[in-house]
Amino acid sequence: MDLTYGADSERFRGEVRVFLEERWRPSDNPVDVAAFRKAAIDAGYLYRSIPRRYGGSEQPADVLRARVIREEFTAAHAPMELRSLGTQLLVPTLLEAGAEWQKQRFIEATIAGEIKWCQGYSEPGAGSDLASLRTRATLVGDRWVITGQKVWTSFAHEADYMFLLARTDPDAPKRNGISYLLVPMDQPGIEVRPLRQITGESEFNEVFLTDATTGADWVVGEPGAGWHVANATLQHERAWVGDVAESDHLLNSLIRLARRTPGPGGRPWIEDPRVRSRLMEVQGYVEAHRYSGYFQLSRALKGEPCGAVGLTNKISNTNIAERIAAIAIDLLGDASLLPHTGAGRPAEVGAERWMYQYFGSLGSAIAGGASNIQRNIIAQRGLGLPREQEK
Amino acid sequence: MDFDLSPEQRLLAEGVDSFFAGTFPLSRVRQACYAGQPGSLDDLDAMSLHEMLVPEEYGGAGGTILDVAVAAERLGAAAAPGPFLGRALAGYAITIAGSDEQRARWLPALAAGERRATVAIGEPGDRWTLDAMGMGGRHLTGEKRNVLVGDGVDLAVVVLADGLAVVELEAGGVTVAGVDVLDRTRPMATLLFDRPEHERLTGGAEAAQLVLDLGAVLLAADAYGGAAQCLDLAVQYSQVREQFGATIAHFQAVQHQLADVAVDVLPARGMYWYAAHAMDCARDDASGFASLAKAHITERYVAAARRTVEIHGGIGYTWECDLHFFLRRAVFDRAYLGSPETHRQRRADFQLAGV
Repeated sequence: MDLTYGADSERFRGEVRVFLEERWRPSDNPVDVAAFRKAAIDAGYLYRSIPRRYGGSEQPADVLRARVIREEFTAAHAPMELRSLGTQLLVPTLLEAGAEWQKQRFIEATIAGEIKWCQGYSEPGAGSDLASLRTRATLVGDRWVITGQKVWTSFAHEADYMFLLARTDPDAPKRNGISYLLVPMDQPGIEVRPLRQITGESEFNEVFLTDATTGADWVVGEPGAGWHVANATLQHERAWVGDVAESDHLLNSLIRLARRTPGPGGRPWIEDPRVRSRLMEVQGYVEAHRYSGYFQLSRALKGEPCGAVGLTNKISNTNIAERIAAIAIDLLGDASLLPHTGAGRPAEVGAERWMYQYFGSLGSAIAGGASNIQRNIIAQRGLGLPREQEK
Repeated sequence: MDFDLSPEQRLLAEGVDSFFAGTFPLSRVRQACYAGQPGSLDDLDAMSLHEMLVPEEYGGAGGTILDVAVAAERLGAAAAPGPFLGRALAGYAITIAGSDEQRARWLPALAAGERRATVAIGEPGDRWTLDAMGMGGRHLTGEKRNVLVGDGVDLAVVVLADGLAVVELEAGGVTVAGVDVLDRTRPMATLLFDRPEHERLTGGAEAAQLVLDLGAVLLAADAYGGAAQCLDLAVQYSQVREQFGATIAHFQAVQHQLADVAVDVLPARGMYWYAAHAMDCARDDASGFASLAKAHITERYVAAARRTVEIHGGIGYTWECDLHFFLRRAVFDRAYLGSPETHRQRRADFQLAGV
């Protein structure tokens, strides 16, 4: 049992600190931030899994160093990698399955924030059962011609490109006739209509494709292999939502809310034994999640499997967010009757941000593999129960 | 970074598992605890798990708290009968709180199994915490309830508000009254003290608190082992029980129930590991974390045991089905040494102190 990072990682931590002290001056100016990111890439701290020739820092995989970097950058409030659909989902997919020209053209521009992506997976008739998607793409000469409808497409209204799944071989079995295509958004065959979300914002959209086109070689992986290419991406997405840092942040914010919000007797809620008990109940789930994460990390370092627990991260995170939301509306009392505002990191300021978190926590139970799909995955891949029959 | 069991700890776990699978399966637990044929637990004793924490110089194994917690997890998975918790805590108490002379007098006998000691903690009125205890001071007067006994235990370390004392159960002034218990794998007695001869251990309230912390960690470990075992039993049963022309494992309702148990239980293992590790390293957060782990995992165990009975249907609700051993142990683990509520309030006092 060893929870320390070891001498090598601690030496590395020292280097990162020196770098941050020398190079990072807190700033919101995009030019400064971009310049800092460039320096951090040159130093080998950001985009470590991306080769130099595509704009990354090309470092050997080292989860401990990655963790040290995250800890030190977070402590210094320094910007890390862009967190976007492009950097988190598309770039890893291109690295795994993309053609050389695709990597050269898209990866560096994406991680620099010069081009933005949206993800064209879900359709009105294909949600959890993604493989039943019906958007068609047909090769006509040297162009794919694409017709269909995508939905819940986050940031489609500001994206330059979409990575999408379309059926290219209608005669093949369900999962084998799908291709993974890259499509420019700025063309007459694409219409984006904003959808208003439960929070009142319009972050996601419906996208109508009517004879939209893209180049014949803008397919990632082989035509017909899109399901497998996409599944690699979905795994990146699930890893993305399995982090304990967000739970820590939320719970600590909730505790601060309990400290500053008066309960019925006028004393802060934090003094109420029932509230303390409920906070500690959630703390229990957060600690379980944290140490489960350390265990999974340790097994990954040794190249050993970690069993079914490795499939529980997304749903654990979701459950924690929902438990926190349930306590928050009790603490807010009548303030929960007021309108909520504000995207971005929840829960730091007033009641309105907490109500945003209250609604937003539902989103994590649906996006990136709904909780019921997670349960299927845990039961079937983790516990070895029978796979469902395809109907 | 290696937040995992060592190869030796994995071997220890496998050793306990194979002992129970071969020598002490649930059918024997039934005989010994639920069919009125107690028999001897001496072959269980041969594994020397009880005195793992006793230093090697006194004939013990000199194990770490994580070592003994790993053993406790596997005992939980086997629904192992006997006063393991009491014996492990008693050995630990004398190890950390005894003077050199006291250690030399008691520990070799405990390590050799010649003497068997338990701990007396709880007092009437659900009082398990030091600040709630009535017994303390120079004379031993009062009542300790729910003291783990049996298996030849004839010595008790009494946890007092201000420290620890060793008492012979045969001594004048001590009355031992057996009680009927819910979890028959862990027989208990009430001890009445009327100024018996006793011996104070050198360590004071701080050592007594460490004993309670270790108890919380070992109950959390037992609860993890039991809960994960319940999940396994439910998964296995779902794959053999047929209804509507298919095993019930095919039904999504059952799959989702089992997945929810997995989500609830499996991540909690690292919690008791860390709780044990924090005690081994004498970390500042060890005591509060022990309480949090105890509250969290024992509640997960109760929920998992209940759900497992439900998935078994009618057969699960019978005395002849072994599942109630686990449900009873879950209730024991949850209540013994204080309720989840008590332990969450304790942790809250650590974590939420100050502004």
